[in-house]
Amino acid sequence: MSTTTHVSVPSKRSLIYRLPVISHLRMSAGLQRGMLVVGLVLTVAFLLTAALAPLIAPFGFSQMADADGDFPTQAAPGGKFIWGTTVGGFDVFSRTIWGAQTAVAVIVVAVLFSIFIGVFLGLVSGYIGGWLDRVLVVLADAVYAFPSLLLAIVMSIVISGGQSSLWGGIMAAAISITVVFIPQYFRVIRAETVRLKAEPFVESAKVIGASTWRIMFKHVFRNATRTLPLIFTLNASEALLTLAGLGFLGFGIEPTKASEWGFDLNRALSDATSGVWWTGVFPGVAIVLTVLGLTLVGESMNDLADPRLRTRRKAKRRGGKAAA
Amino acid sequence: MATTINLTENPAVTPPPTRPAAKAGGSFARYLLTRFLLIFPTIFILVTLVFFLMRVTGDPITAALGGRLTPDQLAERISAAGYDRPVIVQYFEYLGQIFTGNFGRTISDNRAVTEVLATYGAATAELAVNSLIVALLIGIPFGLLAAKMRDRWPDALLRVFAILCYATPVFFAGLLLKLIFGVWLGWLPIAGRAGVNAELQLTGLQNPSGIFLLDALRSGNMSAASDVISHAILPAVALGLLTAGVFLRLVRTNVIGTLGRDYVEAGRSRGVSEYRLLTKHAYRPALIPIITVMGLQIALLLGGAVLTETTFEWKGLGFQLAQYLTARDFVAVQGIVVLLAVIVALTNFIVDIIAALIDPRVRF
Repeated sequence: MSTTTHVSVPSKRSLIYRLPVISHLRMSAGLQRGMLVVGLVLTVAFLLTAALAPLIAPFGFSQMADADGDFPTQAAPGGKFIWGTTVGGFDVFSRTIWGAQTAVAVIVVAVLFSIFIGVFLGLVSGYIGGWLDRVLVVLADAVYAFPSLLLAIVMSIVISGGQSSLWGGIMAAAISITVVFIPQYFRVIRAETVRLKAEPFVESAKVIGASTWRIMFKHVFRNATRTLPLIFTLNASEALLTLAGLGFLGFGIEPTKASEWGFDLNRALSDATSGVWWTGVFPGVAIVLTVLGLTLVGESMNDLADPRLRTRRKAKRRGGKAAA
Repeated sequence: MATTINLTENPAVTPPPTRPAAKAGGSFARYLLTRFLLIFPTIFILVTLVFFLMRVTGDPITAALGGRLTPDQLAERISAAGYDRPVIVQYFEYLGQIFTGNFGRTISDNRAVTEVLATYGAATAELAVNSLIVALLIGIPFGLLAAKMRDRWPDALLRVFAILCYATPVFFAGLLLKLIFGVWLGWLPIAGRAGVNAELQLTGLQNPSGIFLLDALRSGNMSAASDVISHAILPAVALGLLTAGVFLRLVRTNVIGTLGRDYVEAGRSRGVSEYRLLTKHAYRPALIPIITVMGLQIALLLGGAVLTETTFEWKGLGFQLAQYLTARDFVAVQGIVVLLAVIVALTNFIVDIIAALIDPRVRF
């Protein structure tokens, strides 16, 4: 019995253990596990903050007064306003919490769009080749040549005319990010596909008589997507950074429509000169921790998927397994 | 003896040629030509894309001046500038203008876009070069160290550092640097490219290059030079750290890959020192992917420059772009964006050629 489980481990494991993050967690060891766990904790904290923002935040994101009267401006952290207030009289803590919601919305929309389109185009272009490949490469290169922030600026002018409403701002950021990311997925997947096309296992599949589509979407796709978790999380974080960049340049979302970390940092710039640190540091740290979490997860998953980069478990454990 | 072994080129990097050897020489020239010709459609697509995207929202004059002029005055300005004609006519006119190097005039301050570029381009180039130096100085040595110390604590520390570099938006890094070194410690100036005096002296020079440090050194003005350097440090570090993280990770991953190869083991068995194995044998073949990605970093660097310049009031293209964005001057925005995109397209071309020179596999 022990020998059968040993041989057919991949197919016999229950679904739960084959889910991406959980299987990675089980595979990990030592330092890598530490990084993965820290990343997961940060990411989960980010998602929870976004989901529970109405419960956590003591005030609304555009609230400037309550029953006790107007909020003070540039009040130092402490007391009722644990992270202080801005020059406009917003509560920094509440705005930072609400900012997580905006961030999640943009990331989800942007990354889903770009993955579906980019991966498909990359596989087709890389495997089939020919004129289709050339045309797509030229197009992708052209779009890729854009510094992503500039493209995002142009797109947000197009989508919202530079005006900033809640959904206008979110969609502007998300769509401009999508346009920027499609070529990235495309390039990575195409390059991998071109490389894999020459591998013996593709040739063997051809000899067996597998159809082109089957080879593309079973054999090549499975192997070409090794780098996807890394790009996925990197892009999730880049989406967030682009959103913050747009907000920083004044193309984000109005402070009365939603809370956005980049916009708050823009306002904090002049505060910093006079030594008012809390308006900038808290939203900034929120961005850093979120991106850090997403990136740690992506990095670890990427390393774990690659046997050459995977940290081995202690020999004792492996020895025990082999003996069993 | 062992140190002179030159057979350590990565054998896996140069696979047996799939084409006949006679054709291999010509294939590079062909690749060069194809790749060069590909620049034109790239730029053409970009110009077209930006033009139509910017026109979808309406004419730039309404965007810039709407609300400040009466509808009649607006209509007059629009027809004077030709924005009431069919878009396709305007498009071909725009293409023609670009061929003659005319990128239009800004609406808010009525300057030629090319003049804006000439005035502020040098500042952006200076910032980009400074930060690239910072990035390479940090990224490559620490990347090698992380690869060597793989999975031990220095590696863990450096990897977290690299991710932190990437995770910190340049404007937040800039804000922190300003707070710490400018406001609290008072060591470095927090805004601008030079002090008032130095800036006056430098801009008053005869045919200045616009790169302040060069101008100061050329005129032998040492106090101005040190002033310029002190202003340049914080922006260069803020923008450089962003790219440094990317370089560190790249060097680490690729050197780990090459360190595991047989030829490194062979070198070790011949008594090549560990230091030399790392910095020569493993590092050199790992450079190929690094160079390719470096080209892609130019786009990131320029995007980052826009934010860094705004953070530090560094009067370059990015700072100017942000000003025009606030003024809703979309002609200026369009001009600057197209020009920056052209610069990136050219850089990518150069990088591709370098990559193809080093790695024959690239010449598909």
